[in-house]
Amino acid sequence: MLNIKNLHASINGKEILKGIDLQVNAGEIHAIMGPNGSGKSTLSAVLVGNPAFEVTEGEVHFQGKDLLDLSPEERSCEGLFLSFQYPVEIPGVSMVNFMRTAVNEHRKHKGLEPLAAGEFLKMMREKQAIVELDTNLINRSVNEGFSGGEKKKNEIFQMSVLEPTLSILDETDSGLDIDALRVVANGVNKLKCPDNATIVITHYQRLLDYIKPDFVHVLYKGKIVKSGGAELALELEKKGYDWLKEE
Amino acid sequence: MEDNQNDIFDELKNREYKYGFVTDVETDYVPKGLNEDIVRTISRKKEEPEWMLEFRLKAFEAWKEMSMPHWPHLNIPEIDYQDIIYYAAPKKKEGHQSPDEVDPELLKTFDKLGIPLHEQKLLSGMAVDAVMDSVSVKTTYKEVLAEKGVIFCSFSEAVKEHPDLVRKYMGSVVSYRDNFFAALNSAVFSDGSFVYIPKGVRCPMELSTYFRINALNTGQFERTLIVADDDSYVSYLEGCTAPMRDENQLHAAIVEIITMENAEVKYSTVQNWYPGDKEGKGGIYNFVTKRGICKGRNSKISWTQVETGSAITWKYPSCILSGDNSAGEFYSVAVTNHHQQADTGTKMIHIGKNTKSRIVSKGISAGVSQNSYRGLVKVVKGAENARNHSQCDSLLLSDKCGAHTFPYMDIHNETATVEHEATTSKISEEQIFYCNQRGIATEDAVGLIINGYAKEVLNKLPMEFAVEAQKLLQISLEGSVG
Amino acid sequence: MRPEQQYIAFFAAQKQALNKIFSELINSKRDEAFDVFQKKGFPVFNSENYQHTDIPTLMAPDYGFNFSGLKAEIDPYKVFKCNVPNLSSTIHFIINDRLYKNDKKSTTLPEGVFSGSLNDFSKDFPEIFRKYYGKLATPDKNGIEAFNTMFVQDGYVLYVPPNTAIESPIQVTNIIRGSVDSLMTRRFLVIIEEGAEAKMLVCDHTADKTPQFAVTQVTEIFVGENAVFDFYELEESSENTIRLASNFVSQKASSNVVINGISLCNGITRNNYDVYLEGENAIHHLYGLAITDKTQKIDNTSNIEHRAPHCQSDELFKYILDEQSTGVFNGRIVVAKDAQKTQAYQNNRNLCCSRESRMFSKPQLEIYADDVKCSHGMTTGQLDENALFYMRSRGIGEEEARLLLKFSFTNDVIEGIRLPNLKDRLKMLVEKRFRGELVKCQGCI
Repeated sequence: MLNIKNLHASINGKEILKGIDLQVNAGEIHAIMGPNGSGKSTLSAVLVGNPAFEVTEGEVHFQGKDLLDLSPEERSCEGLFLSFQYPVEIPGVSMVNFMRTAVNEHRKHKGLEPLAAGEFLKMMREKQAIVELDTNLINRSVNEGFSGGEKKKNEIFQMSVLEPTLSILDETDSGLDIDALRVVANGVNKLKCPDNATIVITHYQRLLDYIKPDFVHVLYKGKIVKSGGAELALELEKKGYDWLKEE
Repeated sequence: MEDNQNDIFDELKNREYKYGFVTDVETDYVPKGLNEDIVRTISRKKEEPEWMLEFRLKAFEAWKEMSMPHWPHLNIPEIDYQDIIYYAAPKKKEGHQSPDEVDPELLKTFDKLGIPLHEQKLLSGMAVDAVMDSVSVKTTYKEVLAEKGVIFCSFSEAVKEHPDLVRKYMGSVVSYRDNFFAALNSAVFSDGSFVYIPKGVRCPMELSTYFRINALNTGQFERTLIVADDDSYVSYLEGCTAPMRDENQLHAAIVEIITMENAEVKYSTVQNWYPGDKEGKGGIYNFVTKRGICKGRNSKISWTQVETGSAITWKYPSCILSGDNSAGEFYSVAVTNHHQQADTGTKMIHIGKNTKSRIVSKGISAGVSQNSYRGLVKVVKGAENARNHSQCDSLLLSDKCGAHTFPYMDIHNETATVEHEATTSKISEEQIFYCNQRGIATEDAVGLIINGYAKEVLNKLPMEFAVEAQKLLQISLEGSVG
Repeated sequence: MRPEQQYIAFFAAQKQALNKIFSELINSKRDEAFDVFQKKGFPVFNSENYQHTDIPTLMAPDYGFNFSGLKAEIDPYKVFKCNVPNLSSTIHFIINDRLYKNDKKSTTLPEGVFSGSLNDFSKDFPEIFRKYYGKLATPDKNGIEAFNTMFVQDGYVLYVPPNTAIESPIQVTNIIRGSVDSLMTRRFLVIIEEGAEAKMLVCDHTADKTPQFAVTQVTEIFVGENAVFDFYELEESSENTIRLASNFVSQKASSNVVINGISLCNGITRNNYDVYLEGENAIHHLYGLAITDKTQKIDNTSNIEHRAPHCQSDELFKYILDEQSTGVFNGRIVVAKDAQKTQAYQNNRNLCCSRESRMFSKPQLEIYADDVKCSHGMTTGQLDENALFYMRSRGIGEEEARLLLKFSFTNDVIEGIRLPNLKDRLKMLVEKRFRGELVKCQGCI
């Protein structure tokens, strides 16, 4: 599904990613862990095409397409979703309006007719239940006045509405209390199926207690320095990252 | 990525100004230029009574002594007032039976503009006065309104049918000496709308006037007078368009509103005069004096404007809050793109006790345009407990445009509370990217964000207008973010 | 007759006499200024920047000039003792127009620093003088500059050479005294070279309360790259004093400047602040505080121009108006086309405490760049009734509660002072002012 080869990327001339290789197949959950500043968030930003970052070398293929060739919105319509570490507030734009525009863009991409207002609202209600998102939030402006936990739930809610093939959760667990974490994790698990895949970017083991990864990769100084199964995450939890730095 | 965005916009050719067509209709003109004879001719053509001619002549004398205001942050090219035609009326076709019958060509024009005037197609819930160049073409639903005692007719008709009301109120809010353009309008105004809502009547439908400039080389000088008697309410809408032409055309209007005790008038404008082309050629000069007076206690005047058109805009819809407990509101979205210039805002004059005013102004500048907010909040000595809150935001979409804020505050009462806030910022790249990631292309994202930014104002418009205004915002700014 | 006429005639007649007393370099600028003044005169009342202060009328009376430089009969160094603890080791006095000559040379200043009279500086350092004098306050500015340049007699110069820091602040006290109505023209020139650092406090005192005094004061401040400068002005003059001050500041890259003008007592004051941020990353703080009553009037007009990218400006003016006094705030921020990443904040907060007081405020933004963060805010209102009630319910008397609230209102302007001792002293003076006590330091006049 996703095939990353020797990916290098930089911001303001400073190289952050120094040759990433990663293969993600349908049905898999990958966790990417690593200390602060190792390049975890840069990797997610580059995959979804954040214009602040520049790819200097390497290739990324997503479902056979050259991902780096696509605009951010095309990547989205192709089924790539990022749960932002810091969701953006857009004053005055209601969640309903925002999501309807997004859903219909996705449908247009697939050659489908726009959803009728009734059907759309019905879908919104169903998906809302999955992430236990307060109905009031749906009528508010995008992320405006949302608490930290509500913002993260809102990200998972959007994920459930857009039904992506590959979801990247960028530090979705950071700053969440245990209840919100459970809700977010439940949402992710409910949406899981053999056709899609998830990349979980996190600093801590905590989220991985709820979302069981098939593979764990450790990112350090812009490279994947170690890969393994779920047990690697536990080992990191116990020993920290220092032992890896020495290796 | 930047390049990528630019590519998208290069592909996106600026959509043509939708209302730029010309109606081919025989037109009756007066000769170019302005002198006493022209003023007399206009008055004669309109078969006006003597008092009206006198008013015009006094205004003309005053105008001759005045000069154009130089204080706005506008670069106004020299205007040759002798090179303008001051009266142009579509000719009535020979052989028409009833005076109410309208030239099919004109009906077609208004159809095309989305303003059907045929009885069977009338916009439900909205009465329309359609003005083309210097005359009112038709006023719909007149009879239905008359049953409630509401007078809604063209200004010319009001002069003939309701001279007492017109004489009493015309010029009582905007004197013919008020300013250069008001004096000009008072001398040569040709038509417009007149509204009178009698005591205790809530006008059963929205009233609206649609202004259309069609003829070449002409100026449009209309006058609107709205009088809301005690305990009455009316919502009034105004829309305007003009053909695309290389020359600049002058539009200098006056709107006067008077509200009596407990009365409320809501005045909404969607101004979409031809803004000129991308290089700044052509377009309407929109120099307008709009003012209302809250005469009675507890009365209220609310101005809402969405300004997207015109090459140059100079207008300050204002409220004189003279009755105790009266309230004034001004909600504005002003968009300038390409070479457009706008200097717009409001004046809130607090005179009565416990008066309130609220100002929300949202400026959006793109291209190489200049967009200024200019507003005055004045609290006179006896205006106990006056309250004002102003919020003026500017959004910048290009590095070549300008966004300016010139608020004036004059507070002469210690019980007043006046607050003004203003911010200027550029459209956020983070917001655009967030939308991109959800599959929304950049130009749609910009549209969403801008409509969100302007929402507080758009929400004040009547439903049908709000939708239209949203689209208009998007079209006016297409291709302006890169 | 236009008020300008008497000055034009006077200048023509007295030019020779003036030129005899003062240095050639100062004189060399007079004629150019005279030409401009003849054409432009004083700023026209009711024009956009002078809507509320009528300069021609203020200047119409026939004030006397003191060209002959009558000797002060007092030695201010003996009479006045500024007792703000550890504030300053370098003190100068300007009596009316002229810097009082002190025989004892100050020894505490670092080498290369000049702190002294304008006349002396123009003679001793003609090159530097030529490079800076009149370069910001060009005669075509507002009329006051041309007038001041025509009639200037003396003033004060601070020159700090590159990479030199003056530890303790320099204090200049303007003393206005005399038995007859008179007009003073003084001048300040401050040059802080690259990497240098200095602080200055200027106090205005009117010693004789009865005669009418009019003062024009033009200040030019040049701050080099990476240099730091603080300029505090404290006005404690009389009801019969008219002060027309023009301040110009030019800042190079990465410089950091505080200007803080506090008016505790005055008659009619007009302060112009023109700040030009010419180099990247320059930071400017402009603060002002006015406490007025009787028929006092304070008109502060500021113009901050962001001419280079990445600069910051932060402006705060507060007014507390009582009785029949009038406050005027004109604030203009201009962000030039290429001044991207500008951050500019402007705030004006006012309290009207009486029926007759009046506040005019005009905060303006003119922005020609797109990547900016700019905002301005203005509020005019009264003391918070809820806070008042809360304090009273805790047993604080109403008068005292009002005083406390007014006092706290002034706080953020005073907090902007980067001299702890001056800050404390000002808090005391402001409190005295609100209590209606004599506002002056002990030991001061």
